[in-house]
Amino acid sequence: MGFFQKVWFITWKDIKAEWRTREIFSSMFIFALLVIVIFNFALDPGADPQMTLPGALWIAFTFAGVLGLNRSFILERENEAFQGLLLCPVDRGIIYLGKMLGSLLFMSLAELIALPIFMVFFNLNLLNLLPELGLVILLSTLGFISVGTLFSAMSIHTKTREVMLPVLLFPVVVPVIIGAVKATDRILAQKPLSEITSWLHLLIAFDVIFLVASFLTFEFVVEE
Amino acid sequence: MKPMPRYTPIDLIGWATFLTMTLGLYLIFMYAPTEQKMGIVQRIFYFHLPSAWTSFLAFFVVAVSSFLYLWRRERKWDRIAYASAEIGVVFCSLVLLTGPIWARPVWNVWWTWDPRLTTTLILWLMYVGYLMLRSSSESSKTSRFTAVFGILAFLDVPLVYMSTRWWRTIHPKPVIGGEPGSSGLAPEMALTLIVCLLAFTLFYIYLMAQRISLEKLKDEIEEIKQNFETPVERSK
Repeated sequence: MGFFQKVWFITWKDIKAEWRTREIFSSMFIFALLVIVIFNFALDPGADPQMTLPGALWIAFTFAGVLGLNRSFILERENEAFQGLLLCPVDRGIIYLGKMLGSLLFMSLAELIALPIFMVFFNLNLLNLLPELGLVILLSTLGFISVGTLFSAMSIHTKTREVMLPVLLFPVVVPVIIGAVKATDRILAQKPLSEITSWLHLLIAFDVIFLVASFLTFEFVVEE
Repeated sequence: MKPMPRYTPIDLIGWATFLTMTLGLYLIFMYAPTEQKMGIVQRIFYFHLPSAWTSFLAFFVVAVSSFLYLWRRERKWDRIAYASAEIGVVFCSLVLLTGPIWARPVWNVWWTWDPRLTTTLILWLMYVGYLMLRSSSESSKTSRFTAVFGILAFLDVPLVYMSTRWWRTIHPKPVIGGEPGSSGLAPEMALTLIVCLLAFTLFYIYLMAQRISLEKLKDEIEEIKQNFETPVERSK
């Protein structure tokens, strides 16, 4: 069995479990929606949506993302399912990639469905900006999930569990958040792609560094 | 006749710290000239910059010893990482406290989202997270978790710095008077700074040595306790 096939098997397991419960996806989606609604009350009604959307969007996505990441490993903890996963005759790094890919899929899907609703709420037409926006969202989400998956595997073994994940994750993903917000802001201002290349480079650098680092260190986290 | 007191290397470092710190204080208040524009408040700089240097050094030590722990699996590296993270957070807090005291009269604000300030704040948050992770993980996993986090947090520092710098490109570069390179330091000021840097570094080493020996004692007590709890196995 090839490397990617093994990874896909683990992801497929998560997709199947998720398909039966729809727990992670729905909680992330509804939560993102709630954040936007609450955010709306916190803002001045006359505020320019182009100024506020990037911030609101990424607050909603990151907080919803933490929720989803937490679920991803707490589900494994129930009935000691994670023990079974560790018994798979594969490298620990593959388990990491599989779990990571699963969370990435769920979070991207939630974002994909939340985005049109944000468009309606903020009265912005983003359809023609979708390719650029999609690229930024994908790169940022990948960076967020790559570290998040690793930290989530740690935080389920702490006393404070759900609280521990954001406490560890948010400071580390600061570059992703800044890059995502800034790039989204430039895109909404209809600026050419060349203006955000430095941000895209930053996001790519973050993704590569932390995917590799998490892949390599995951085995130390799950080791019994 | 009383036996001669024996000094351990730690005691010697302690005394060296005391002496250089006293010398540093003398230089700060008696020797270094008052900065022309900023006045007396600028003297806080001689504690501010060494604190920053010490905290960065401490966090660097955390990363290196975390890496060595995962590689070698020797308890001593874990102890060093823990001690260094704790001390680093203390010095980082000092930076964040002395900074606003200095900034308020000089820049007229307590805080500005300048890249250096922001990076320091993020660093502080990361290593407070590190200590929280330490205190709330299941004991068998603590060392591995914190080692992994220590390495990742360190990898993140350049990215945080870069992103906060790009984020605020419009922001005028704050004039940090008296910092080497940016505004030329009077030779008396430079000497004072060097003595203070030395004093803080020695202080760091002293605190590290004390903290590590404390952790060692804790381990020993733990071992003794376990021996008490399982007397049967011991007699085998």
